Amino acid sequence: MRHEHEDHFHAQVRAGRALRLGIGGPVGSGKTALVAALCRSLQADLELAVVTNDIYTTEDADFLRKAGVIDPARIVAVRTGCCPHTAIRDDIAANLDATEDLEQKFGPLDLLIIESGGDNLTATFSRGLADAQIFVLDVSGGDKVPRKGGPGVTMSDLLVINKTDLAPMVGASLEVMDRDAAAVRQGRPVIFTSLREDPAATAVAAWVLAVITHQ
Amino acid sequence: MSASALLLADGRFPAGGHAHSGGLEGAAAAGTVHDLASLELFLLGRLRTAGLVTAALAATACGYALESRGGADWAALDAATDARTPSPAQRAASRSQGRALLRAARAAWPSAPGLAAAGQAAAPPHHPVVLGAATAAAGCGPAETALIAAYQSAAGPASAAVRLLALDPLQVSGLLARLAAAIDDTARHAAAAASRPLDDLPSATAPALDLLAEAHARDEMTLFAS
Repeated sequence: MRHEHEDHFHAQVRAGRALRLGIGGPVGSGKTALVAALCRSLQADLELAVVTNDIYTTEDADFLRKAGVIDPARIVAVRTGCCPHTAIRDDIAANLDATEDLEQKFGPLDLLIIESGGDNLTATFSRGLADAQIFVLDVSGGDKVPRKGGPGVTMSDLLVINKTDLAPMVGASLEVMDRDAAAVRQGRPVIFTSLREDPAATAVAAWVLAVITHQ
Repeated sequence: MSASALLLADGRFPAGGHAHSGGLEGAAAAGTVHDLASLELFLLGRLRTAGLVTAALAATACGYALESRGGADWAALDAATDARTPSPAQRAASRSQGRALLRAARAAWPSAPGLAAAGQAAAPPHHPVVLGAATAAAGCGPAETALIAAYQSAAGPASAAVRLLALDPLQVSGLLARLAAAIDDTARHAAAAASRPLDDLPSATAPALDLLAEAHARDEMTLFAS
């Protein structure tokens, strides 16, 4: 029931504009690396643009510009007044301004990626801002993180667990993370990856394409 | 005051205000504001300048929106706001907040004619121009509008000070309570001025705030949009 309702919601709000994909997760989990990977993998097939919500305006935006994976003009950084969380959930004004401006300048776009500032496990994107959202964890944060739950882990449309290459070094069990994530996510997908080993984020890019095509 | 009016006075109204510090971030970076006492002086200065001007402009806009006979020149009111905002950075911040408030107010009061008229004033209109149209839609008159604007001109930077300087939120809240009489006073003056011709509206400026706003706009290491 829940999924049917959400699909209906997506179809309604998306008429005539890009899919707005939120990417959230704790500091250092690999959100910006994932955004860069998605740009690298998808820009040949899709018209895309990026909004960043870093603590200090331009940190993540600069990283993406230097990575050279997308026209720098298609990356906009918004300031969040010390509350990155508020800017993606409670008061989405600055992010809506940025997405509208990008659509107007470069539209029609297929995909608008909105990267949140690094936040805690309770961070989640408002449905008024993002049509779909990915939450990014990494194994070095400890294999207990999925069990702790929080809206990002439980409600995101896709949970990405990054840096699997580090699992043996930090003593994290991928099996435990997989089992705990499955227990709280009611069948919503989880993808394990190492962006260092797969800079194209192949599986995640395929998921994003499927979401766009499906909707 | 109606519940609709409280909605607009509430800092949680999703109109982008949380990312603006009203010059506080620049003042904190310069060391001008660093504790409760210096915050009090900053807020008093802001009330007497930007607070008074904004409240008078918003109260005027509210009067325009409530007038049934038409003839209200919204573009001239927007230009009067420009003329009273010497810093380009502050003009940009005001228009950005006007845009966000217009979006949120239209969602709250979709059929308000005043909001439609204010939205035509400029692309996008200044914040006080939209605020007055929004308060009118919420059932307020010019006096309540001036009070909401004056209150926001102090409460916004006070909230930013809690976040930026780690001031005790209880003490900052106590400070706002102590400043309540000054806020009321500013609102009364602003509402009284709102019946004058546009050229005679208050035009008090704070050159230090203007300079801080310009420096803030050039600084890349900032958390707030203004």
